[in-house]
Amino acid sequence: MNDLRGIALFALAGLALPIFIDSGVWLNFIMMTLYAALLGQAWNILGGLAGQFSFGHALFFGFGAYAQAICQMQAGWNPWAALLVSIGLAAAVGAAVGAMTFRYGLKGSYFALVTLAFAEVCRILAVSFKFTGGGVGLMLPLKQSVANLQFPSKLGFIYVLLALVVIALLTTWWLKRSRLGAYMQAVRDNEEAARAVGVRPTQVKVWAIALSGAFMGAAGAIYVQIFQYIDPGIAFGPHVSVEALVTAIVGGMGSLWGPLLGALILHTLSDLTRNLFGALPGVNLVIYGAVLVLIVMFAPRGIAGIGASVRKVWRQGAKHD
Amino acid sequence: MFDFNILFPSVLNGLTTGAIYALVALGLTLIYGVLHIINFAHGASLMVALYAVYMLARAGIDPYLALPLVVTGMFVFGYLLQRLIINKSSHGRDENILLVTLGLSIVLENLALLFFTSDTRTIDTPYTLATVAIGPALISHPKLVAFAGSLLSCALLYLVVARSRLGRAIRAVSKEKQGARLMGIDVDHIYAVSFGIGLAAVGAAACFLLPAYYVNPQVGTGFVLVAFTIVVLGGMGSFVGALLGGLLIGVVESLGGLYLGESLGQIGIFVIFIGVLLFRPQGLFGAKA
Repeated sequence: MNDLRGIALFALAGLALPIFIDSGVWLNFIMMTLYAALLGQAWNILGGLAGQFSFGHALFFGFGAYAQAICQMQAGWNPWAALLVSIGLAAAVGAAVGAMTFRYGLKGSYFALVTLAFAEVCRILAVSFKFTGGGVGLMLPLKQSVANLQFPSKLGFIYVLLALVVIALLTTWWLKRSRLGAYMQAVRDNEEAARAVGVRPTQVKVWAIALSGAFMGAAGAIYVQIFQYIDPGIAFGPHVSVEALVTAIVGGMGSLWGPLLGALILHTLSDLTRNLFGALPGVNLVIYGAVLVLIVMFAPRGIAGIGASVRKVWRQGAKHD
Repeated sequence: MFDFNILFPSVLNGLTTGAIYALVALGLTLIYGVLHIINFAHGASLMVALYAVYMLARAGIDPYLALPLVVTGMFVFGYLLQRLIINKSSHGRDENILLVTLGLSIVLENLALLFFTSDTRTIDTPYTLATVAIGPALISHPKLVAFAGSLLSCALLYLVVARSRLGRAIRAVSKEKQGARLMGIDVDHIYAVSFGIGLAAVGAAACFLLPAYYVNPQVGTGFVLVAFTIVVLGGMGSFVGALLGGLLIGVVESLGGLYLGESLGQIGIFVIFIGVLLFRPQGLFGAKA
C-alpha cells in the first residue's frame, strides 16, 4: 500500500508543481525527464522484471512514432486515436518479435543482439520506403490545440507524459504483486525452475515484451507530437535504445521507482555538464556511457539498489542499539 | 543481370572486404572463445585504431609502416581494458559484460565525436588510386594489400594460438579454467592477453583498412553487427568459421549492394544474422553447442 500512496503523491505533485514554474528551462527539464522515465519504465518491464535485456528497444519506439505520424498525415486521423494505434501496433510488434525469438530459446546476449538487428533492419527499411518519407523523414504540420495533441506550452505535454508515467508506475506496481509479474520474476531468476513448477516461460516473456513495447510505442508517439518530426535515425537508431536501457539500469532494474530515479539523475547530470562545457556534441553521451560502466561495475542493482542496501544497514543498526 | 564482367569484380571486391571483416571477426571470436564474453566495444575499438592510423598518417607515417605501432598500442589498450574494467564487472552474469562494453563503446564513440567532430576523414597515400587489373576487374592496390595482409594476419594469429607456448595456455584456459589455474597458469593474465590479442587483430585491420576507407566516430557501428554476424555464422569461437564467414559476408554484402542498392543491400547481413541465431545458433561450421 505504501507504494500506491507514493504513486498518488507523485501524481499530485506532478500535477501541482509545474503550475508554479514559469521558467521554460525548468519546464523543459521536467518534460524531458518524464519522457526519459517513460523510456526507462518500458525497458524495465522486459529487462528488469522479466530479465530479458534488449539493445533494440528503439524498434517499438520507431513503430509508435511512425504510426503516430502516418495515421495523421496519410489517413487524417485524430492524434488521440492515432496514439491508441501507435500503442497497439508497438505492442503487436513486441509480441511478434517475442514470439519469434523466445520460441527459439534466444536469451542473454544473443537476445540483446537480435533486438538490435531488428531495429537496424527497420531503420534501413524506413530509409528505403516512400510512405515513411525515406531518409528525409516526416514533418507533422503545426496545429496547436488540445484536440490535436499539440500544446503551445510545455505544460500540456508534461501532463500527457505524467499520465503515461503514472500508468507505467501502476502497471509495474501491479506486475510486482500479480501472478503474471511473479511468473516474470521467476523466469528471470531461474527459467528451468520456473518451467518445472508449471510456468510457461515463452508465453510469460511474450507478455512482457508486448507490454514493454506498448509503453515504448506511446513514448514514440508523444515524441512525434512534441518535436513534430521523425526520421529513420531518430526512430530506429541506437540512441533511443541506449537511453531506455541506461535510464532503467542506472535507476535500478526491476524496481518500481528506479527508472524515474535514473531519468532524474541522468538529466540532472547532462544539464550540469551542458552548463559547464556548453553544448559540445557528444559530452552528454560520454556521461551516459561512463555512468553505465560505473553502475554495472560497482552497483549492478542501480541507485535504487544502493538505497535499499543503505536502508537495510540503517534498520539493522537501529535494532542493535 | 548475371554478366560475368559485372559479377566478377563485385565478388572480388567482396572478398577483399571480407578478408578485413574476417580479421576483425577473428579478434571477436578469440575473445569469445577464451573469455566466453561478447565484446560489444569491438567496433568502437576499430574506430579508435582507425583514428590512431589517421593521426600517424597525418604525422607522416605510412599506414603500413604504422602497423607494428598500432598493433602494439591496441594490444596494450585491450589488456588494460580487460584487467581494469571488464574483468571487474560481470558479477556472474554475461549480460553485464555486454552492458559494460556497450557503455565503453558509447564513451569511446562520443569522445571521438568531441575530439574529431563528426566529419568523415580519409588519408591520401601515393598508392590510394593505383589499381591492378585481374581479368575484367580493376582492384585498387590498398584493397589487394588489405586482402593479402588480412589473410596473413589470420594465419599468424592461428599459428600463435595453435603452436606457441602462450597459445597452449590460452587454449587450456578456454577449455578448463580451474584446471589451468591448478597447472600454474595465471588465468587473469591469459584473459587480458587474449583480449589484447583480439584488439591487436582490430589494430592490424585498421592499418589495412584506412588507405581504401574512411573514419568517422560512427564507423565502428557498421562493423560491430557485421562482425557478430560473421562470428555466429561461423560458430562462436570457431577460427576457420570466422575466416570463411568473413569472406562469405563480404561477398554477400557486395552482391546485395549490386542487386538491391547500397542501403537495402545491408539488410542481407542482418537477415542472415537473425536467421542464423534463430534457426542454426551453432553456426554453419560450429558443432552443436
